[in-house]
Amino acid sequence: MSELRYTANTSLEQLHARYTGTGHADTTKYELLTNQHRDTLSSIVGHPPLLAYLSIADGECQARERFEVLERMLQPCGVPPAKTDE
Amino acid sequence: MSDEEDNYPQLATYTAPQDVLDDHAEMADEEDIPDEIQDRARVKQIAARQTGYQLRRFERRDGMGEGEDESYEDRMRRVNLEREEERVRQFKEQLAKDEAAKAESEGRVIVDDDKTPPRAAAIDDDKTPPRAAIGEGAGSPPARRRRWDETEVKKEEDTNGEEPAPKKRRSRWDQMPAEGEEEAKPRKSRWDQAPEAGSSAVATSSSSAASSSDEKPSMVADKRYRAITDDELNSLLPGTNDGYAVVPVPEDYHPQAAVRKMVPATSQHAEGGFMMQDEGAAARAVTAAGGFQGSGEQTEIEGIGTLQFLKAEDAQYFAKVLGEGGGEAEDVHYSMEELKERKIMRLLLKIKNGTPPVRKTALRQITDKAREFGAGPLFDKILPLLMERSLEDQERHLLVKVIDRVLYKLDDLVRPYVHKILVVIEPLLIDEDYYARVEGREIISNLAKAAGLAHMISTMRPDIDHVDEYVRNTTARAFAVVASALGIPALLPFLKAVCRSKKSWQARHTGIRIIQQIAVTMGCAVLPHLRNLVDAIADGLQDEQQKVRTMTALALAALAEAAAPYGIESFDNVLKPLWIGIRQHRGKTLAAFLRAIGYIIPLMDPEYAGYYVRECVPILIREFQTSDEEMRRIVLQVIKQCAGTEGVTPSFIRQEILPEFFKAFWVRRMALDRRNYRQLVETTVSLAAKAGVSEIVGRITNDLKDESEPYRKMVMETITKVVTANGAADIDERMEVLLIDGVIFAFQEQTMEDNVMLDGFSAVVAALGSRVKPYLPQIVSMILWRLTNKSAKVRMLAADLTTKLAPIIKQNDEDALLSKLGIVLFEQLGEEYPDALGSIIAAEASIANVVGMTQMNPPVKDLLPRMTPILRNRHEKVQEATINLIGRIADRGAEQVAAKEWMRICFELLDLLKAHKKAIRRAAVNSFGYIAKAIGPQDVLSVLLTNLKVQERQSRVLSTVAIAIVAETCGPFTCIPAILNEYRTPELNVRNGCLKALAYVFEYVGEMSKDYIHSVVGLLEDSLTDRDHVHRQTACAIVKHLTVGVAGLGYEEALTHLLNLVWPNIFETSPHVIGGVMDAIEAMRIGLGPGVVLSYVLQGLYHPARRVREVYWRMYNTLILGAVDALVPFYPALGSAADLANGQDYTRHHLLMFV
Repeated sequence: MSELRYTANTSLEQLHARYTGTGHADTTKYELLTNQHRDTLSSIVGHPPLLAYLSIADGECQARERFEVLERMLQPCGVPPAKTDE
Repeated sequence: MSDEEDNYPQLATYTAPQDVLDDHAEMADEEDIPDEIQDRARVKQIAARQTGYQLRRFERRDGMGEGEDESYEDRMRRVNLEREEERVRQFKEQLAKDEAAKAESEGRVIVDDDKTPPRAAAIDDDKTPPRAAIGEGAGSPPARRRRWDETEVKKEEDTNGEEPAPKKRRSRWDQMPAEGEEEAKPRKSRWDQAPEAGSSAVATSSSSAASSSDEKPSMVADKRYRAITDDELNSLLPGTNDGYAVVPVPEDYHPQAAVRKMVPATSQHAEGGFMMQDEGAAARAVTAAGGFQGSGEQTEIEGIGTLQFLKAEDAQYFAKVLGEGGGEAEDVHYSMEELKERKIMRLLLKIKNGTPPVRKTALRQITDKAREFGAGPLFDKILPLLMERSLEDQERHLLVKVIDRVLYKLDDLVRPYVHKILVVIEPLLIDEDYYARVEGREIISNLAKAAGLAHMISTMRPDIDHVDEYVRNTTARAFAVVASALGIPALLPFLKAVCRSKKSWQARHTGIRIIQQIAVTMGCAVLPHLRNLVDAIADGLQDEQQKVRTMTALALAALAEAAAPYGIESFDNVLKPLWIGIRQHRGKTLAAFLRAIGYIIPLMDPEYAGYYVRECVPILIREFQTSDEEMRRIVLQVIKQCAGTEGVTPSFIRQEILPEFFKAFWVRRMALDRRNYRQLVETTVSLAAKAGVSEIVGRITNDLKDESEPYRKMVMETITKVVTANGAADIDERMEVLLIDGVIFAFQEQTMEDNVMLDGFSAVVAALGSRVKPYLPQIVSMILWRLTNKSAKVRMLAADLTTKLAPIIKQNDEDALLSKLGIVLFEQLGEEYPDALGSIIAAEASIANVVGMTQMNPPVKDLLPRMTPILRNRHEKVQEATINLIGRIADRGAEQVAAKEWMRICFELLDLLKAHKKAIRRAAVNSFGYIAKAIGPQDVLSVLLTNLKVQERQSRVLSTVAIAIVAETCGPFTCIPAILNEYRTPELNVRNGCLKALAYVFEYVGEMSKDYIHSVVGLLEDSLTDRDHVHRQTACAIVKHLTVGVAGLGYEEALTHLLNLVWPNIFETSPHVIGGVMDAIEAMRIGLGPGVVLSYVLQGLYHPARRVREVYWRMYNTLILGAVDALVPFYPALGSAADLANGQDYTRHHLLMFV
């Protein structure tokens, strides 16, 4: 890492440990988007009116919709892409 | 001695007796002349101010030298051996003592000095100084004892060189064989070895000292540096006729020079004093470093960098990398291992002695490379440094920091060195400095986490029943830290086993002490394991060893204290033995048992507590009579705790405890010792809470007139606390008279410098409230009389008392008295002693406060002009009191004074902005606000804006704050135009000051800034594009406050414009500037919403340059932390067919659903 390590990002590791969803210069597209999907899903669960709306659109009861949304958080964007050597 | 004194002739003049003078001259010849400079330098050294007990760390022989720890087996064997040795030694000493006693009884003269402390005391009491010290003391008169540790290095040099022996008498103790020296090889006890290789401690000198010891007696009094003579060994070991032979020293054996021993004796005195030249590598190193720099001056050393200082010991220790051949250029000649060593030494020197930047990089390097260097080379270099006698606080702190960092990196590689590290770090746990203790705890807990529980236990196990009490004590503390790091449950089985050890009482003692220390360090965290811990030590109460019983009781006390107010059920098992114990024991053990009972009783249910207290009190009352101070304090403590429990009735206290209590404890002697004093006051206060105020105050009021001042003080403090806590409603009229009388007497007779009497006076008067009215004239006339006393202190106290009494006098409607006081104080403003003057002004301010500015006598318009010249007084107390009074007048009665006078004060106030004390500066800044409000902002503002031109930064900064306050009190429209105008001045300081003032203005006015945002956009455009980065930083601060102020008020267009101006600064590197920029951007998150900022941030998250990405990710993280939920609608839609084919679906389908 560059000299920023000693000024701006001194406690980057702690930050990552404490808050999921934060990233760093080497975060991949998959990681970034997975986190964004999770943010979205948790936002849906956190706003009951939105959840109600989606459950109507899906034709499910709210509890099931909520369960499915939560389940989806596991791998919201599918399996991670294969590692490429860089 | 006494008959000699009688022989002296009576002289007309007095001088020291000739033999004393001779004695001193001899001493000066013999030892080094005490040097004042040197003494002063030594105060910084840790070892110089530590107690004898703490210095025993230097006596530890195990865990010294280089290389890995010995195996568990070897250490256990050695510890057992040492214990056996100790037993034999004690036995021999006992024999010798008996013999001496017999000889004495037969009337023979004893050769030894009779000032030797009794041997029994030296052995029995663990807290006595090390035996070496006693031995030394036995040989020389006590007056010289002070010098013991100073001469030590000198002695060690004697062994080094071939100097003639000093003429010191040898005492019998010096001949004792040295003990506990470390074997060079494992599995061989030292009895098997040739004397030459005998000990690493004397390795440098062993050949010369040991072989030549026949001709000259060894002169090193300190047993640690003394070799065992052949004679001694011959008498100790089986000889050739028993089938043993002396083995020659192997040729390849080179004794490892212990670093501490390499320091020449002269080095300690090198600080500025005379120094002998020597031609060693060290001398060259010192020359290279430009001489010894005790402090202050920095030295530049080739290959190392800038050092803050270089001590003689350092030059010695780091000789390899200092001076000739020390440079990095020479490194080519060395092997890999040696290179590592040199690198480590260089880094350590930089860390220990370097200037902050040098130190910082070196610390980082040593941390990064820790695993490369390996645990061995690192600790072999670091640990000896920590055992250096001349170590200073700062150096110790830095070295401990190195260990901490390195530990973290090495993790389990550290295992072979755990014991070595513990030996060095454990002493920190009993250091007098709080931070040293914390550091020690930190290291040990990290060590425990790195090495694991099993390894920690096997490492510390041998020390648990070590012969030396010091080692056991520090080990117990270290164990407690391990317990807090790894959890009590993990350690519990081990602790149980140790506490029940059958092999030695020392082990049990240490085990119980560990539990005590766990209670002390962990506090209420022991609660879940309380029963287990108590059960582990319960048996100790009936131990056959008295020390174990005492320690058990102390541990129970600590556990009960930590558990309070819960956990009484865990103590069920120990109540009975404790109970029986307090009836059986006497002395120290009884004290400990009482302590335990005292801490357990408050945990009980009320009825039980009452019962136990009733049972306990006869014993406590019996112990009232004891002469043991420690016991007296414990009894007081127990009484205090008993009195606080619910089950104890007031009548019981009044009838059973109080009479004896006052008889035994309320005596003058108790006031003399600080700890007794405090404990007695606390106990009496808690008794008063139960038994009632009049009961206590009635008994001690008369003592306010006692002739001993410390005693009066104690009485006064008690009355103060009792009356403040419980009020004075209980006090009847007769006692009221006595009390006031006593308080006045005590106040008048006060000679000591503290506030006890003053606080007491005001507490009593405040408690009596309206009942004090009849006494006020008397009190005020006393004050008036004392205000004109010739002693400045008396005048000051009288004024201070006025400050305290003014509200009460007002409350009793005695305005006439107040105005009389006001006038007299006003006349006293010519006071020349600043302390007294400060008090007088404060008193005047307090009167002005209670009567109000309009009724004030003298009138405010006379008072204020009188204060203006006093503002110039440089004394802090005066300044603070004056500024407070002026601020008060400006706030409440500004209209009564002419505007011209206020302007004059404004100019004077500017000087106060430079004051050291923050309270003064704050008061001054606030006063500007009041004055501006009173006389209009224009003039004040122009004064302040002009002040932006001055050189002093502090003054400028405070002017900007004052401008902001003026803006706040008089409305921003009065100030912002003036600031904008002033910003046009082509002078950096002024422009910066204007920006700063604006930042404060917007910070203070908050939402009001919406009316001014468009007015300042032009200024911000200019300043955000300025070349000077401080300029941009300050502008960012303005943007920040402005944005937060106008958030949600519909100024997005202006804010977007500002964000566009701020954004190019995101790559600044200076910490303050980048911090300011980031703050402004974060404020934009509030002002513009996170979506807008996200759209800026997304541009750079995947920039090809890492430097760019880092900055953008930082901003992204801040966004996520601040507004993750609000960002959901703004995330970009990145789903693509290519990703889908690859197995990843990035489309957020849930957002596409609709009904």
